[in-house]
Amino acid sequence: MNTNENTILDKPMTSKDLVTDQDVRWCPGCGDYSILKQVQTVLPELGLKREEIVFISGIGCSSRFPYYMETFGMHSIHGRATAIASGLKASRPELSVWIITGDGDALSIGGNHFIHLLRRNFDVNILLFNNQIYGLTKGQYSPTSEEGKITKSTPFGSLDHPFNPLALSMGADATFVARSMDRDPVHLKEMLRRTHKHKGASFLEIYQNCNVFNDGAFFIYTDKETKKLETLMVEHGKPLIFGDKNEKGIRLDGYAPVIVDLADGNSTNDLWIHDEKDRLKAEILTRFFDNPINENHMPRVFGVIYSEDRPCYEEMLVNQIADTISKRGNGNLDALLKGKESWVIS
Amino acid sequence: MAEKKELLEEVTIRFAGDSGDGMQLTGMQFTNTTALFGNDLSTFPDYPAEIRAPQGTLAGVSGFQIHFGSIDIHTPGDECDVLVAMNAAALKANIRLLKQGGIIIANTDGFDTKNLRLSGYGEENNPLTNGTLEKYHLYQFDITKLTRNSLTESGLTTKEIDRSKNMFILGFIYWMYNRPIENSINFLNEKFSKKQDILDSNIKVLKAGYHFGETTETFMTRYDVKKAKMVPGAYRNIMGNQATAYAMIAASQKAGVNLFYGTYPITPASDILHELSKQKVFGVKTFQAEDEIAAICSAIGASFGGSFGTTASSGPGIALKTEAMGLAVNLELPLLIINVQRGGPSTGLPTKTEQSDLLQAIYGRNGEAPIPVIAASSPGDCFGAAYAACRIALEHMTPVILLTDGYIATGAEPWQYPTAESLPPIHVQFEKPKTNAEEKFLPYKRDEKLSRPWAIPGTKGLEHRIGGLEKQHETGNISYDPENHEFMVKMRAAKVDKIADYIPLQKLDSGNEKAKVLVLGWGSTYGSIKTGLIQARAEGCDVSHAHLRYVFPFPKNLESILKNFDTVLIPEMNNGQLIKLIRDQFLIPAIGLNKIKGLPFNASEIKDKVVELSK
Repeated sequence: MNTNENTILDKPMTSKDLVTDQDVRWCPGCGDYSILKQVQTVLPELGLKREEIVFISGIGCSSRFPYYMETFGMHSIHGRATAIASGLKASRPELSVWIITGDGDALSIGGNHFIHLLRRNFDVNILLFNNQIYGLTKGQYSPTSEEGKITKSTPFGSLDHPFNPLALSMGADATFVARSMDRDPVHLKEMLRRTHKHKGASFLEIYQNCNVFNDGAFFIYTDKETKKLETLMVEHGKPLIFGDKNEKGIRLDGYAPVIVDLADGNSTNDLWIHDEKDRLKAEILTRFFDNPINENHMPRVFGVIYSEDRPCYEEMLVNQIADTISKRGNGNLDALLKGKESWVIS
Repeated sequence: MAEKKELLEEVTIRFAGDSGDGMQLTGMQFTNTTALFGNDLSTFPDYPAEIRAPQGTLAGVSGFQIHFGSIDIHTPGDECDVLVAMNAAALKANIRLLKQGGIIIANTDGFDTKNLRLSGYGEENNPLTNGTLEKYHLYQFDITKLTRNSLTESGLTTKEIDRSKNMFILGFIYWMYNRPIENSINFLNEKFSKKQDILDSNIKVLKAGYHFGETTETFMTRYDVKKAKMVPGAYRNIMGNQATAYAMIAASQKAGVNLFYGTYPITPASDILHELSKQKVFGVKTFQAEDEIAAICSAIGASFGGSFGTTASSGPGIALKTEAMGLAVNLELPLLIINVQRGGPSTGLPTKTEQSDLLQAIYGRNGEAPIPVIAASSPGDCFGAAYAACRIALEHMTPVILLTDGYIATGAEPWQYPTAESLPPIHVQFEKPKTNAEEKFLPYKRDEKLSRPWAIPGTKGLEHRIGGLEKQHETGNISYDPENHEFMVKMRAAKVDKIADYIPLQKLDSGNEKAKVLVLGWGSTYGSIKTGLIQARAEGCDVSHAHLRYVFPFPKNLESILKNFDTVLIPEMNNGQLIKLIRDQFLIPAIGLNKIKGLPFNASEIKDKVVELSK
């Protein structure tokens, strides 16, 4: 399965070309294997040259990812992949830059760099593997863990109110917000394609199962028995429908989302039609964040929730420089060193 | 009006006023004119920490000192000959710096009851009238009123008019020292090109100040300070931060790499950002990051991509960057980290100078993480030192720390500028694409300098991963092997040590090769030591001066130099840092002279200690 040496690609990239010679060290059963597989499957389809792809990660189980991709990659420091990637993209706008991070790496120590990258809208892809736990350090709670969670560092229950990652990203004015899951390969692949295609900072939250330290955190969304009732798969232009037999729909009553039974004579025409470009409605969708044990809870949304086009930082940076040079000409080092007022002593 | 003219070899003037009085501008204008006139000079801006402390208070006093002359000038002056005091607080804060018999030029309008109270003199205690200034030559004018009188028909508001007081005093001092005002008129023309009425009024006030000298009925001496005999060449005036920025541009041009500057505003380093962000014509990409850590991380990302990643800060910001510096050590990528040192610890004294981050630069990372350290010794030397730091970073694939400090970063002096052609070349070569699949690319294979190749994304066949975890020799794969780790720690140390083979040998700045005392300095103590030793030798001392630019690794011959002297004296603006390195590495009982007052050494302080040690 592993190729043992770098292959020089005169022919188009295949998934095999993206596999490294390093043993993959994630725990057996880890959700990361699936994500790795989908990424290796999708990348060759995107029309990129392998040498133009860079993976940058922080610290965490998620962040071992670059070692398993036969591309340029950096395993950096905790929380800082976003900052490093910003500098890389700013200086090399033509590269395809992918940031691999986790719920701790991006939303705890890395929270600050995360929101700034989103507002600057560098054209990079952020894959956040959310397993709602700190896996690599063996089981402390994370900023996305639920209240009251019993973990190594919270033996009497976590006191923290968790982040809502998608709502946070909307608050930071992200131009692309999406969610998928490790256990739906077809959906994940499609989300990866959309993430790459979007020109701007693409944020994809991926629910990932840590079977050792937080097994089952997302089973309610990924298991066959509960998935159809608990997940809302949105698609642009399609009505919001879910349920075992697609019998439930969502419409807006003013700004309040209401679940309706389509069997009760409700027409799909009355339903909320998903519009990726509608920011306010997207904000509402990110707020479908209820605890499933609550009655009348909203289903969890998956898919591309929001997508807008906004100028990208690295492009504006290049343009500003090009603009200045076209007006003033290229810099002359001798003129710079001499300055405007100089004198000669003979 | 009677006028006496006196010829002087050197003069030190201190302009002092409230932060809002424009004394920095006055000082800088006088500096530029004096430089163009041909004097040697050295300046010392003395800012308060707050943007606008309450008007009239001691905390709000802003000063600018310039020492200029027809002789060699190396320091801004231990004490001043002339003190311009725009208000009572300015006088109170600075009178101790004025020499006996010195000249005070006071703005009487700044000595009203309110100012007297705020300054701490007390409302009943006006120093201008109570006789306490008898041992000085006191000249007092109502500069505010004179300024207003010259602009009665300008149509400007009183507030706008009062703001140009600094032009009045500038014009007057120009008259006093026989300087031309044209240079400042050109400056005003450029600065206010779009505001005709402000432009006209400023020029009017400048001229009024000059003519006031000519027409005042006060008996005043005018002074001539002839041009200095400087080393023949082409000169310009330069400030340290400006020189640093220029060196970064020059180095990237000579090396043929793009310059990326990721940074966060912090006193006293922000001017480097201001300068570089203006230089877009050189393709410089500046990035004001969200915090200090993002600043250095963005620079690391840029270096990974094949640009020259650079960043600058001061003490507290450098502390934040520590973890990322360790990453850069492991990644072995070119990176320039500039520390414009200021008073510490913690927030410390943001606008005061110190050189107390040396040990932080040498040791301040987790694990064994050696980084070369280079220090600049004067505003002009910021160029040479920064250029050297860039060369080492780029040619040895390593982060490098450049130490300057607030004093030379904001100070100015005439600088013999180089031509682009004369600058030493910087050799950078990216790893070429692989043409065959046989040889596996080894990202950590080392050359004769023990540096690894710079293989940048976008290069076919060189795909590899690097990171902060310990890595196997040559392959760069993660390795926890015990032998490998020890090997790699020692290899990284050897790489930095080997830089000593590529830097110049240490020379003496002055004095004999063998003598009783050697003064060993680093950083901005240069001027004070140089001047102090001239004074010491005049008193019969046999003393030499060596000044380090390369602090880590040391030049190869440093030990042999030190062993030629009975006593090694190390003056530092800290509690003893270089001295620890010297003692540790060479086992000599060096003696320290420490000043930790947020102020540079006076030449006389160095002289006194040398005289004491020479007995």
